[in-house]
Amino acid sequence: MAPILEIRDAVKIYSTAADEAPALGGVSFSVEPGEFVAIMGPSGSGKSTLMNIIGCLDRPTTGSYILDGVDVARMDEDQLAEIRATRIGFVFQSFNLLPRSTVMRNVILPMIYTRVPVGERETRASKALEAVGLDENRWYHKTNELSGGQMQRVAIARALVNDPAIILADEPTGNLDTRTGQVILETFRRLQQQGRTIVLITHEHDVAEYADRTVHLRDGLVVSHEEAEAHDSARSGEEAR
Amino acid sequence: MSIYDLVHETMLSVTTNKVRSFLTVLGIVVGIASVILMVAIGQGSQATITNSIKAAGSNLLVVTPGGRSAGAFGGGGGGFGGSNSGAKLTQADVNLISQLPGVAHIAANSTSREALSVPGANVNISVTGVGDGYQTVKAIETSTGVFVTPEDIRGGTKVVVLGPTAVTDLFPAGTDPLGQKIRIKGILFTVVGVTKSKGGSSFMNADEVAYIPLTTLQRYLTGSDAISTINVEATTAEGMTSLQNDITTTLLAAHHITDTTKADFSVLSQSDILSTASTITGTFTLLLAAISGISLVVGGIGIMNMMLTTVTERTREIGLRKAIGARPVDITSQFLAEAITLCLIGGVIGISLGWGLSALITATGVLTTEVSLGAVGIAVGVCAGIGIVFGYYPARRASKLDPIEALRYQ
Ligand SMILES: Nc1ncnc2c1ncn2[C@@H]1O[C@H](COP(=O)(O)OP(=O)(O)OP(=O)(O)O)[C@@H](O)[C@H]1O
Ligand SMILES: [Mg+2]
Repeated sequence: MAPILEIRDAVKIYSTAADEAPALGGVSFSVEPGEFVAIMGPSGSGKSTLMNIIGCLDRPTTGSYILDGVDVARMDEDQLAEIRATRIGFVFQSFNLLPRSTVMRNVILPMIYTRVPVGERETRASKALEAVGLDENRWYHKTNELSGGQMQRVAIARALVNDPAIILADEPTGNLDTRTGQVILETFRRLQQQGRTIVLITHEHDVAEYADRTVHLRDGLVVSHEEAEAHDSARSGEEAR
Repeated sequence: MSIYDLVHETMLSVTTNKVRSFLTVLGIVVGIASVILMVAIGQGSQATITNSIKAAGSNLLVVTPGGRSAGAFGGGGGGFGGSNSGAKLTQADVNLISQLPGVAHIAANSTSREALSVPGANVNISVTGVGDGYQTVKAIETSTGVFVTPEDIRGGTKVVVLGPTAVTDLFPAGTDPLGQKIRIKGILFTVVGVTKSKGGSSFMNADEVAYIPLTTLQRYLTGSDAISTINVEATTAEGMTSLQNDITTTLLAAHHITDTTKADFSVLSQSDILSTASTITGTFTLLLAAISGISLVVGGIGIMNMMLTTVTERTREIGLRKAIGARPVDITSQFLAEAITLCLIGGVIGISLGWGLSALITATGVLTTEVSLGAVGIAVGVCAGIGIVFGYYPARRASKLDPIEALRYQ
């Protein structure tokens, strides 16, 4: 089967740090549709950089990124926006919620760019918030009144609300206790069973165990691929570089 | 992003930052209010002047010394044309015109600014020496006493008729002015009458006047037989044009001038005066509007400044919106809509404020103001225009932000 996303020889050099080692030093890696992939690696190894490229938020300095069989380099701003709005749900490492808006407004926000009918929005947002297990009495609070774990769940709910085919989560359980973390991971696994593709960054091995496959990064390079034995849904035919 | 969302987002943003919105709007409020007010004052004055010219009678022709190009606006008793070099009108000209067919009334006058004094008071006002028929043509009524009589004019007597303001200027309240002696340029005159109040305009107070016989003025005050204005009333409105031509040819012949462009006098009809007056007041209105327009531009720059600050302040928000799928056009229209909305809110408040202030000024009686719907319409258009012009640059800047950089912005 054709990979849903494929990165070839991606190099990322941040212009402000041109004299330093590149954030990504030539990464190749691909994900099959319906796969659940974990990315691990020490801090500063380029995980978020790679994730931003996968999420069409950033472009590699050299190398290519092919999403759904189309080279992202050939897309214009509007096409990228369209993909970010409809194909990808992105959970940011630093949440990026609108602080002075309510939880509900934050979760509704992506739907104004996909033109979901006004009447449906609140229902869909409520479903997403229920899925991440956020207490209903928080839904109309401003997000700057929430705890870190609650913010994390709002950020995940926002990523799920447009029903994206690909969910990208940068340390989605970093701020959660083990039990809540498991609820979120179970949600991801359920989404995978419904056919979604999931890429998740984590530092924790027990989180990575939910994935079919783990990619290890170090200093901007892929150092190893590791198939999980616990799940047989992995279909990766990817070769390590 | 749909229109509904655009409106909704704009409302949210404007209402969540109330202080900022208020300060942004303030510049526009002041700008628009002053434009509305200034144009109202200009147009009010225009209407006042036009009405007073029309009140002088539609069959009126005004002959003044000096060519059309020089001091043409000498009508209405003002006498700006009186001092024109060399060129002058005399009683001989008045007599010639009075023999023309179609003349109903003719009134010559000459005006000079003089010091009027009584023991203990002193005013400097315009003294009009009036010829026969002046009272009829100018429709002057007296409240007490009599006006200057034809006998006074023939005899050159030293009598004076005062306007009500001149009376209060000179005499203590309660004094009967009739029979009082006043000095004009040091010469003693007897007050024989007081005219009824005509009400003042801001430009010339029609009540601060004194009338004496023309002959007296010429003999004792100006020392010249020059006449500054001849008012001619035609018998019919239709006869105006031919009378105007007759007067011109008669005077040209009398003054031995063959080249009409070198005429040393001008004959103006009411419509000529009206158009001159409206040119002047129109320029005046435009000047006022231009001055207040500057404050509007300043208000617009204020909007741009505030929008740029907003874009910087909300960089992370913009980055997030782009990251979750906002297209550049969505961001542009969001910020543009915000700028336009602020401008329109400012415009509406400014229009109400300007309107209210004009009404207030009219109520105090100092000036007459007239708010025109045209000015209001233009103000609304200008507001939206300012929003677009000064909101576009910040909005474009916002839409071009790189999502990752914007999200990392502190
Ligand atoms: N915008 C940027 N400008 C300059 N350098 C950057 C930028 N973003 C990341 N880097 C650098 O690139 C390298 C990789 O950063 P990245 O954020 O991808 O690490 P990470 O693996 O996500 O780390 P963590 O686990 O701490 O989140 C780091 O050395 C970092 O300093
Ligand atoms: Mg990271």
